[in-house]
Amino acid sequence: MITVENLTKSFQGVNALNGVTLDVEAGTVLGVVGPSGAGKSTLARCVALLERPDSGAIRVDGTDITALDGSALRAARRQIGVVPQGDSLLRQRTAAGNIALPLESAGIPGPQRRTRVGELLDLVGLTDKAAAYPDQLSGGQRQRIAVARALAANPSVLLADEPTSALDPETTGSVLTVLDRARAELGVTVLVVTHDMGVVRKICDDVAVLEQGRVVEHGKVLDLVNDAGSRTSSALLPAVDLNPINESTYDRVADVVLVGFAAVGALLPEAAHRFSVELNIVGGGLTRLGETPVARFRLGLNGERSDSALEWISEAGGAVQRSLKGPQGVAA
Amino acid sequence: MRSATPWSDVVSYLVEATGETLYMVGVSTVIATAFGIPVGVWLQLTAPGGLRPAPVLHRVLGFITDLGRSMPFIVLLVALTSVTRLIVGGSIGSTAVIVPLAVGAIPFVGRLVQNILSEVHVTVVEAAVTTGASTLRIVRSVLIRESLPALINAIGVTVIALIGYSAMAGVIGGGGLGDLAIREGYQRFNDRILWSTVAWLAVLTTLIQLGFTRAARASDRRRHASV
Repeated sequence: MITVENLTKSFQGVNALNGVTLDVEAGTVLGVVGPSGAGKSTLARCVALLERPDSGAIRVDGTDITALDGSALRAARRQIGVVPQGDSLLRQRTAAGNIALPLESAGIPGPQRRTRVGELLDLVGLTDKAAAYPDQLSGGQRQRIAVARALAANPSVLLADEPTSALDPETTGSVLTVLDRARAELGVTVLVVTHDMGVVRKICDDVAVLEQGRVVEHGKVLDLVNDAGSRTSSALLPAVDLNPINESTYDRVADVVLVGFAAVGALLPEAAHRFSVELNIVGGGLTRLGETPVARFRLGLNGERSDSALEWISEAGGAVQRSLKGPQGVAA
Repeated sequence: MRSATPWSDVVSYLVEATGETLYMVGVSTVIATAFGIPVGVWLQLTAPGGLRPAPVLHRVLGFITDLGRSMPFIVLLVALTSVTRLIVGGSIGSTAVIVPLAVGAIPFVGRLVQNILSEVHVTVVEAAVTTGASTLRIVRSVLIRESLPALINAIGVTVIALIGYSAMAGVIGGGGLGDLAIREGYQRFNDRILWSTVAWLAVLTTLIQLGFTRAARASDRRRHASV
């Protein structure tokens, strides 16, 4: 696991990081998101031990690694596998040769090195590209080799800095799958710095939102989507656009967030049945966070017991985020 | 007007002078490369944004390098006489020319090497840093290996430049093709020798250039690009 404590860093008087505190549990994926200039890159460079913070600590399995030098620093660097932003492979080495680089640095002998490289090529699904040079690989394949290289020396933390920024959506999927496999099969703790909420949607357990060098939101993705005011929920959930004329035909209009198969599948029909109300989905939609289906619907209700129905939905695990028509703040 | 030198004599002149040129240029290129690459590496490592930034050291080293490069070779040739005598035990002949040739070429190679190494993308270098590689390993496996094609080309450029410098070797009795063209050809009004030497120099430098270009390409894995 990795914890970042009160990290600050400024460049020529400009504060890039203003006391950033994060923790990522072992074997989970944290997405660090935020607008350009929020300090994401600086944070990534500090965690990659390419930049020394002005103050604060970065602990990997309890040990602060911010103040090391020489061989201790190099050993700490092997604890943190880094997938850098942009093209980072040696163009004069094969895919296998690139993956072997951290193993050479660690002084691992040839035969063991070859075995390990083979395992990693298998993990990223590029065994047939072992002898290919980076120029013969596609962008997504190069990025998967970069992930394999980052994992080569068995790091406890994998840091990926904008791993999908230069890729098309389809290729992005293959790179994210590889990151997810790294967590699942190697138990590595993953920290992904990204501007792309799609990355959070697909593989992150936790999310931290960075703004102006501060963490303004940090928690489990599935918890944050239930929070109507959170940045994460507005970024991840389907939008609820609606024709206003449509709304006027209902007694009650409310937004509700449903998480999980059971809630999404059964809650609404059940509520309509129990309280004998007419319950229509008038906006919003369904999405997936990792493997979990998540919906944000705008509901239109007609019937005397509409308020009771909404209350029941909220008690049964659906988050009624706001009531747009009728009594305000129903079980908000 | 006397009769022209027989072709057989021209050829034997050329053979002898070619041997001298290749000897002078070959040995001095090896020495200049052996010292010039470390100079270039050092310049790049200490440069701002390098792996071991050291502004003062970088500027001092850069100043000395550029001073060396700005020295006209003919001046170096005579100025280094005593140094040459100390190293090779004499100050005339082909071997004596090697000292100023090498000394003149080290800063030349150093700057070329630094420019080439600075072209290795910072992302690639930093990626190697994050693997926990030592500076020495990064220099060897990343900076030099990634630049190998360009470095081989740079050595080719150096060889051609040194052939040019070596034409002044006659001043201290070094012989070689340049000397042949100037003393036997130009100064003795022997057009046949002059123009034969010129033509042969053109062929020789083209062949050398071609050889280095081939070697550079052979070392370049990027040529396999299929996209």
